[in-house]
Amino acid sequence: MASPQGTSPLTQRELIDTYFMDHRVQVLELAAYLDRLDRAAALDGEDDFRLRATREALAVLTDGEKDRTLRAQMIFSDPRTDLLPSLDRKGALGAYDADSAES
Amino acid sequence: MEYVDLHAHMVSRTTDDYRRMAMTGCVAVTEPAFWAGYDHPSAAVFADYFDRLTDFEPKRAAAVGIEHYTWLCLNPKEGEDRALAREVIDLIPGFLDRPNVLGIGEIGLNRVTRNELATFVDHVELALEHEQLIHIHTPHLEDKYKGTRVIVETLAADGRIDPSRVMVDHAEEHTIEMILEHGFWTGLTLYPTTKVSPGRAIDMVEIYGPERICVASACDWGDSDPLAVPALVLEMRRRGHPETLIRQVVYANPVEFLGQSPKFALARRERETTTG
Ligand SMILES: [Zn+2]
Repeated sequence: MASPQGTSPLTQRELIDTYFMDHRVQVLELAAYLDRLDRAAALDGEDDFRLRATREALAVLTDGEKDRTLRAQMIFSDPRTDLLPSLDRKGALGAYDADSAES
Repeated sequence: MEYVDLHAHMVSRTTDDYRRMAMTGCVAVTEPAFWAGYDHPSAAVFADYFDRLTDFEPKRAAAVGIEHYTWLCLNPKEGEDRALAREVIDLIPGFLDRPNVLGIGEIGLNRVTRNELATFVDHVELALEHEQLIHIHTPHLEDKYKGTRVIVETLAADGRIDPSRVMVDHAEEHTIEMILEHGFWTGLTLYPTTKVSPGRAIDMVEIYGPERICVASACDWGDSDPLAVPALVLEMRRRGHPETLIRQVVYANPVEFLGQSPKFALARRERETTTG
């Protein structure tokens, strides 16, 4: 019988056996990135919208609630649906800067 | 396992890539017209590009046994230039009869501006007028959510659109539900850093089920992997999924969507085999 929608075919134990090492290193990379920011030559990015979004998203990972990926995606997203009057720049930056957004 | 890469910018790839794709089971690619990384100076360059997509690339692919199909448009990154858009849209009907053209794409939005939306709507009109399938690019990163919403709501409000003839590509966790619930097909692009990993693509297949979901490498001139689809096949096996489900996602689903164009030979052959 096919597994019900939404269920991973692997058990928690199987997922951990297969993927623990992959994600262990990702946790350490994130921890080292945050430590590096603390040791930076100048603490001039504390209010950077990308760092703020990163910290907000990290909090979602450990709050014990479900849908962490979806909620992290929305933290990085521009929630508005109104059209820009004209093109301001070609590329996206990866996080929404609410402070510098046009109203 | 046989697979179709529904989104591959082969003009940016080498013949070695075609060969490696063929060796890993690729039987067909579809190549949407896209942004070259810099703006084109005139419509004449697009005519040359469309010629390459409909003549040179299918020959390169055929040399290793891959069927090459394409989608034509002015891409969303250049959609702000309304005058250029009109000139390019005027060129497209002259190419629609070529044997490997499946439809209009990848149209869509980039920064979600008024002009981009107007250019998107012009392309949709062109597709409707010529009864073409539609392939849609949704914006990247922080613009994806709003761009996907604007696209989905614009199309859903137009009663002439049959959502089963539209692929809304580059879905992620925060956009897949709105795409599927409106009846569109969707694509998960296996592209490093800015799009979806095999692991997250498989999560979405597990959560939403495999219906109307395709996968693709979206390989192009950037850091990307033309073998991303076979990498997903391996990862689906590692995640405990049966071969039937894997085949549905990497082969049967794209064949069903693309087979709505009479030009897509793979679907014709599938029908002939099943009806004897
Ligand atoms: Zn593309």
